[in-house]
Amino acid sequence: MIPELGHFALILALCMAVVQGTLPLAGTFIGNANWVAMGRAAARGQFAFIAISFVALTQSFLADDFSVLYVVNNSNTLLPVMYKVSAVWSAHEGSLLLWVLMMGGWGFAVATLSRNLPDVLLARVLSVMGLVGVGFLLFILLTSNPFERLTFAAVEGRDLNPLLQDPGLAIHPPLLYMGYVGLSVAFSFAIAALIGGRLDSTWARWSRPWTTVAWVFLTLGIMLGSWWAYNELGWGGWWFWDPVENASFMPWLVATALMHSLATTEKRGAFKSWTVLLAILGFSLSLLGTFLVRSGVLTSVHAFASDPERGLFILMFLVVVIGGSLGLYAWRGPGVSRGGQFNWVSRETMLLGNNVLLVLVCALILIGTLAPIVYQAAGLKISVGFPYFNTMFIGFMPLLLVLMGIGPVTRWKDDSPREVLARVRWAAAASLLLAVAAWVPWHPAASWEVALGVGLAGWIVLATLAALWRRLRGPRPFLAMLRAQSRSYYGMVVAHLGVAVCLVGITFVSLFGLEKDVALARGEALELGGYEFTFQGVQQVPGPNYRAERGHVLVTRDGATVADLWPEKRQYFARGEPMTEAAIDVGLTRDLYVSLGEALGEGAWSLRVYVKPFVRWIWLGGLLMGLGGLLAATDKRYRLRLKQKLRIGAGAEASA
Amino acid sequence: MKARFLVPLGVFAAMVALLGVGLTMNPREVPSPLVGKPMPAFDLALLNDPEARLTDRHLRGRVSVLNVWGTWCVGCREEHDVLLRLASAGVAPIYGLNWKDDRVLALRWLSELGDPYVATGFDHDGKAAIDWGVYGAPETFVLDARGTVRYKHIGVLTDALVERELLPLLRALKAESS
Repeated sequence: MIPELGHFALILALCMAVVQGTLPLAGTFIGNANWVAMGRAAARGQFAFIAISFVALTQSFLADDFSVLYVVNNSNTLLPVMYKVSAVWSAHEGSLLLWVLMMGGWGFAVATLSRNLPDVLLARVLSVMGLVGVGFLLFILLTSNPFERLTFAAVEGRDLNPLLQDPGLAIHPPLLYMGYVGLSVAFSFAIAALIGGRLDSTWARWSRPWTTVAWVFLTLGIMLGSWWAYNELGWGGWWFWDPVENASFMPWLVATALMHSLATTEKRGAFKSWTVLLAILGFSLSLLGTFLVRSGVLTSVHAFASDPERGLFILMFLVVVIGGSLGLYAWRGPGVSRGGQFNWVSRETMLLGNNVLLVLVCALILIGTLAPIVYQAAGLKISVGFPYFNTMFIGFMPLLLVLMGIGPVTRWKDDSPREVLARVRWAAAASLLLAVAAWVPWHPAASWEVALGVGLAGWIVLATLAALWRRLRGPRPFLAMLRAQSRSYYGMVVAHLGVAVCLVGITFVSLFGLEKDVALARGEALELGGYEFTFQGVQQVPGPNYRAERGHVLVTRDGATVADLWPEKRQYFARGEPMTEAAIDVGLTRDLYVSLGEALGEGAWSLRVYVKPFVRWIWLGGLLMGLGGLLAATDKRYRLRLKQKLRIGAGAEASA
Repeated sequence: MKARFLVPLGVFAAMVALLGVGLTMNPREVPSPLVGKPMPAFDLALLNDPEARLTDRHLRGRVSVLNVWGTWCVGCREEHDVLLRLASAGVAPIYGLNWKDDRVLALRWLSELGDPYVATGFDHDGKAAIDWGVYGAPETFVLDARGTVRYKHIGVLTDALVERELLPLLRALKAESS
């Protein structure tokens, strides 16, 4: 009964989405105020019905309802409750349901929080969101129904994929989807503005907080995904340039460009048509990612069940949504005013550089991701892999990072090159020194890459802090100046420092990381990076839905104990797959990482041992970026408007 | 309407065409980045003798075939007879990479169905398979005498495929090395 309820609620949500997607939009053209006002209620209704449906599926998991095919494929009675909940979004059907839930949630948020938007604009924004919702709900109902029943219920479920039984994975998809779907808000604002033909700085100001919040979710989601891969895949990698990873990284790059471009449009009225294009591209890349992951066009380690029928549906959906919006852009774009003029040396130019580089890198990643299809179609024998992406990244990112130091100290509209250079000369000199110092062969692995990474990280930190210092020197006392800076300025500072922290992590772990495969008997030891890893043997331990062989590795340094590591090899009952569970001793300047290989007989085992310097900094940097975004999104300007709006709302109710 | 505003739409149309073509193709034919590169180093216990090793060195010096399989893999059962016929043709030795499997089950499989492999490495935890970039079993690699990967097939081998691609390639490689 409950699964049918969920299915029925989903159909009702589709009906709501159809209403939301058509009536308010039509109302804005024919001037029907009732239709215009309907968007808000429809958005709330759509969200409510999707939520009911989502709860129904979750309940089917919690109740071990093995008459539901999706539950059979992804759960088991022995599965811990936490993973029964996260199993809801562990495969194609359920993750789509999570996707539409978030989509509905963003629609709900826009309907509820945007009280000061003009009615017509809000109606159009909600209609665009409703139309996107129609597409996804149809997709679920027609091709991927999670509530499908079996004629005869199964006795036991096939269990959740062991790789996915990890706390990181329980929260990674929701965060990432919040980001993906959140970009639909900026997209809808852009489309609504294009329909109305009014692209002004108000439009940019309305879009900004939504875009920033979506970007924060995207940042945290990607970071968590990387952290999960590191913990769970057992070979210590943290980024693979896998198609699915690229699918999340491309919208992130464009969203980053969009955030900066929106700032320019709001402050100076420049880049309008470019900003609109970025807003369209950001969400389009989210949709494209969905297509790549689920259609089976590309093979990936994230093997979602794929089927060509679904692929065809998404492709048609892409054509309608992306093609439609780009067509609208081609039609309406030329009518957009050019906006403020600026000189060659100005903040606008720096931000334009940022935009061009980010979009260029994104385009190169897109080419690399789609390359296998091209080669296949053309019958060529070239392959794109890790080296392509790394070279491309190392080639273009440094330019962006140099701009990151200069941009914030350059004035809007017009500045003198000499003055700009004077503002950053100390930071530039100091970071050059740092780079040279890192190049000196103090370590066998010291190289120009280390120099580049360390120099650029130093440059970002020093230039950012120097800019902050210049702002704080002023007529008033230091503390007062400190408080006078806006929250969004601090947000920028924190996020840019996050990039530097991340860069340090990437540089160190890529160039100084140590790795060794060894066969050790009980009591034997391996020396790696100054640490002594002593193998203490393996014992059997039971788990809730698996049996594990747990090794014990004692790590010492100069005779003092550093850590006890317990790497496991798990045999999950339901699927019979062996899983390696690495043991990691976490540290700010290094991780010690041991994974258990295979038994070699007589108590000897093969082990894979890593020393990963500064690997935490990669995720720490991601956290700082997210925090920076959060600071920027909660800037006083946005909160003030919200409060005003609430007051107006309250006044309106009181007078009614 | 200015032309430059049409550029994004044009790029998108080209991409849709490409994706449409991509949908009609079999994604399993994605060329492996390994093709044309030296085979990855590995060192595995033999399936039938945990004390003895099979390493990449054994595969050098002559043209050979490496087949990734497991008893849990239905496709491997399907192609097993094809492998037996390929082995009896005697063109090149076939090495097995037994992937994420159980030793007892795998040995029983070979004794019941016949053993096409001159030797099988036991990759219980799949680490060697990771280095080989294995997507899923079965997969088949062809290596030349220098140990360079020359060909990769993902999925079930069929007699037609062996006749059309594998055998001509093996013969050509042998001619090249002699």
